[in-house]
Amino acid sequence: MVVRLFMRQFQHNLIRQLKRYSKRAALKGERLESQWETVIGLEIHAQISAKSKLFSGSGTTFASPINSMVSFFDASLPGTLPVLNRRCVEAGILTALALQCRLNLVSMFDRKHYFYADLPAGYQITQQRCPLAKDGHVEYLAPDEVHRKLVLKRARLTQLQLEQDSGKSLHDVEMSHSLIDLNRAGIGLMEIITEPEFCSAVEAASFVRELQLILQVIGVCDGKMEEGSLRVDASVSVRRPSEPLGIRSEIKNLNSIRHLMRSIEFETLRQISILESGGQVLNETRAYDVETGETVSMRDKERLHDYRFMAEPNLPPLRLYTNDTVPNGVPSDQIINVDELRAMLPELPNAKRERLKKQYGLSVEHSNVFVNEPTLLECFEKIVANQNLQNVKIASNICINEVLAAVNKKNIAFSASNLSAESVGELVELVQDEVISLLTLRKILEVLLQDSSKLPKQVIEERGWHQVSNETALENICCQVIAANPKVVDDYRDGKTKVFNYLIGEVQKKLSGQSNVKAVVRIMKQKLDT
Amino acid sequence: MFAANIKQVAALMQNGQLSAKDLCELCIKRMKRIKELNVFITEMPDLALNSACAADRRIKNGSGDILEGIPIAFKDNFSTAGIRTSCASRMLKGYVPPYNATVVEKLISRGSVLMGKTNMDEFAMGCGSVDGAFGPVRNPWKYRFEATRRDRPGAAQSSPSAARIADRGRQFHSASPSQCLDVEADDSAEWFIAGGSSGGSAVSVASGAVLAALGSDTGGSTRNPASYCGVVGLKPTYGLLSRHGLIPLVNSMDVPGILTRSVDDAVVILNALAGHDPKDSTTVFEPFKPCALPDVASIKGLKIGIPQEYHAPGLSSDMKDSWQHVADIVENAGATVKRVSLPHTALSIVCYHVLCACEVASNMARYDGLEYGHRAKDESSTESLYAASRHEAFNNVVRGRILAGNYFLLKQNYDRYYVQAQRVRRLISQDFWNTFRSGIDILLTPTVLGDAPSYRWFSKADNRTRTQEQDVFTQPANMAGIPAISLPVALSSNGLPLGLQLLGQPFKEQQLLTAAKAIEQLVNFRALDFDKLLYCD
Repeated sequence: MVVRLFMRQFQHNLIRQLKRYSKRAALKGERLESQWETVIGLEIHAQISAKSKLFSGSGTTFASPINSMVSFFDASLPGTLPVLNRRCVEAGILTALALQCRLNLVSMFDRKHYFYADLPAGYQITQQRCPLAKDGHVEYLAPDEVHRKLVLKRARLTQLQLEQDSGKSLHDVEMSHSLIDLNRAGIGLMEIITEPEFCSAVEAASFVRELQLILQVIGVCDGKMEEGSLRVDASVSVRRPSEPLGIRSEIKNLNSIRHLMRSIEFETLRQISILESGGQVLNETRAYDVETGETVSMRDKERLHDYRFMAEPNLPPLRLYTNDTVPNGVPSDQIINVDELRAMLPELPNAKRERLKKQYGLSVEHSNVFVNEPTLLECFEKIVANQNLQNVKIASNICINEVLAAVNKKNIAFSASNLSAESVGELVELVQDEVISLLTLRKILEVLLQDSSKLPKQVIEERGWHQVSNETALENICCQVIAANPKVVDDYRDGKTKVFNYLIGEVQKKLSGQSNVKAVVRIMKQKLDT
Repeated sequence: MFAANIKQVAALMQNGQLSAKDLCELCIKRMKRIKELNVFITEMPDLALNSACAADRRIKNGSGDILEGIPIAFKDNFSTAGIRTSCASRMLKGYVPPYNATVVEKLISRGSVLMGKTNMDEFAMGCGSVDGAFGPVRNPWKYRFEATRRDRPGAAQSSPSAARIADRGRQFHSASPSQCLDVEADDSAEWFIAGGSSGGSAVSVASGAVLAALGSDTGGSTRNPASYCGVVGLKPTYGLLSRHGLIPLVNSMDVPGILTRSVDDAVVILNALAGHDPKDSTTVFEPFKPCALPDVASIKGLKIGIPQEYHAPGLSSDMKDSWQHVADIVENAGATVKRVSLPHTALSIVCYHVLCACEVASNMARYDGLEYGHRAKDESSTESLYAASRHEAFNNVVRGRILAGNYFLLKQNYDRYYVQAQRVRRLISQDFWNTFRSGIDILLTPTVLGDAPSYRWFSKADNRTRTQEQDVFTQPANMAGIPAISLPVALSSNGLPLGLQLLGQPFKEQQLLTAAKAIEQLVNFRALDFDKLLYCD
């Protein structure tokens, strides 16, 4: 939940992070920032949303009772064999298509060997030599570090492979015991590997957010980082511009975007300071300590491991077909047709942003917010379709700047707010027709968030929150304010135009914010300038 | 009774002349008599009687299934729900699987009666059935039963002599000559090995304790003991029978093997087992057409190839003669016999050893003592627990193969060994394909070099050396995945059975088995007369 909320405030946070980042860099002296480049590569493990595991029929429900989702195969009982889950393959293909990858029409499974208590078979079945897909890319928006505007960037992907998740070890230090939970063992994972080409924590984070969104939109992964459905490893190195890549360290198992950014920032500065003081960065795996905000060496010997890869002999090569190559006489449940899956792909975030920009003339920022808030977008599109709006912008402004802001403030998701498209639509109509001011709108929203059974017009009726647009009434109030603030009026007339807003505010105060601001501004200007 | 085949026995039961219970009791009696041969690791007389009675009830109620009430045995590497499945290893001495292997399930659900789990080499790594934690299996041929007349109550337990053997089981595979001699010192009689690794299954059939038994065949483990024990041993095409529940040796070569006293019986079992299994992705989808053999099989018109490379060093003159003899017989019976060449045969055994070790290293990784299996006392760290458990519970042979396999799979060795072996494997497959494409239907070869070696001689060399000699004619079929059958054709000058091997084309079991039956009828091999052996000593 916490992370979901965090996602919604993502844009906001990115900017804040940026500020902090540059401030920290400034503390270390301008010199550092200009002399060092960070290079980041990511490895993402996305748990496939499927009812059963990659190679067995056991369930995958999160937070099930310990060891309750374990088939004989998951516990590696001798003689059991893997049976590939069709749903997981389809999820992998959909993802590969969404990420513009080149699919391997024949891919293979391999065994990767290492001894660990939560890996019952002593090996993980993965795709090392010939993965499901290769060479993809993702276009994503990241805030420009100088202007803080969203800029379209492109990340190249090395490969996408299917593999098994491991179980979980719980170490009881006092009893010097380890307890093993195999519920997670064997759940299908997609491992997505990027090229090492992100150059800041913000970029890496923006990419992960976009990837998360894509996976959610195509329904292959719920993307819940807090539940471990999406985990990120970040390889970080620094170098001087135009020099070859530096020695990297790998930060393992980051389970929130915030941790991803903080750990990369910390790691960057750590490596720079090591190199600045003449030291050498170690090629090692590190963990992010949430408490201290620092990365610490995991001191494992994993880097020295020889995984002794071997072809998985119990799984025939995974063959994919296209409309042209589907063989005759093979039962259709044995055939996976890429073309059929491609036709099932929904509109992807990037296409959606483009459409919103074109169709409604929305800004990059607004279309991006909508893409991140599918239920709000649905509401927006309903309003636009139902009402004959002269200005779509009013609708998008209200949806994003007012409605979303209000629900965010309450720490709930828009979808959980019970605000209907009908109410929001009415609000848009009321503002457009200058029946209410934005201040009144906010008050109405407050009421609606408490009691969603009412519609805005009802609230206005009950509380008498009509906007005062009556010319003579407004003129009277303006005159009163001018009379009560002679000094301010003098200042204004002396050219200190900034004080104008103060006078408007005074008028609003007198009318409890229900005045038609546009009219007030016009009248006040008239009065002061004559 | 013990000379009848499954079809005849089933007919007797169907028309009420014999009950499944009576048959089962006869088999239990026979099992007791052959205790010394150390055939079974686990015997289930009570369970067997129960299932026999149930079979009788079903027959009475009209079930006409040919397998109803037929006594069978499984090698102890087939998972049997609720019944220990040890793989003849200390590692799984206390392991009781919660599920049935598909082939077990298929036979049991058809009404056959499971008499016991048979002895073998530890994890099927061997060719003599002498390297298991429960001691060696003895060949019934020319065996001098000395203890058989001492009928003991509670015979389901191990007999004193079997227990004695089992106690020493761990020492056998150290293969140090002094220890072997030591064992022989108090076991003065010379006896012959059963072959392996499915020796227990072969002997259970040869001695009449069951009508059919399942073994496994990775490099010849079904055909080798079939040849030594004078029974039929069928290795079906890879992918025809499910491996689900068969504890693996080499996944890419393992197949369940069928041991029976006649080709007809092998057909009955094959028909019951073949076909796609959703639990084994390497089984083929094409529906299996049951084999049907004529009463009098003909070999007329078939093109039989005699691969010249199988004239290997060490081939006994007895075996050579039988091979030549049978080639002449089939030619006289109307088959065309032609010399052919499989040029890469000599490379096969080395390549087999590399691939076998690699898969063994991988397959054995799961035995860490955590989820099941032997767990050592040393819990000072996870690593030391693993090391101690594995060291204590695996014999030298298993440990040696794990070590070799891991070495072959190391990054710096991978291409030189694993990849290279796979390349050679393809060449060996190609050899067969080229021969078959040239018009040859079936290949005729010896199954092994000669008749069963004595235990005394066999144990003078280590497991590695022996498998290199013993598997030389059998493992190419596993490398290529083609079907093969060993059938007894003659007795050696020493009075021991000799088996010849027929190699067929993938999924052409019908053709292979028809040819086998034709030869069976032509050579008229006389099976072991067990009653004579048991009582006329």
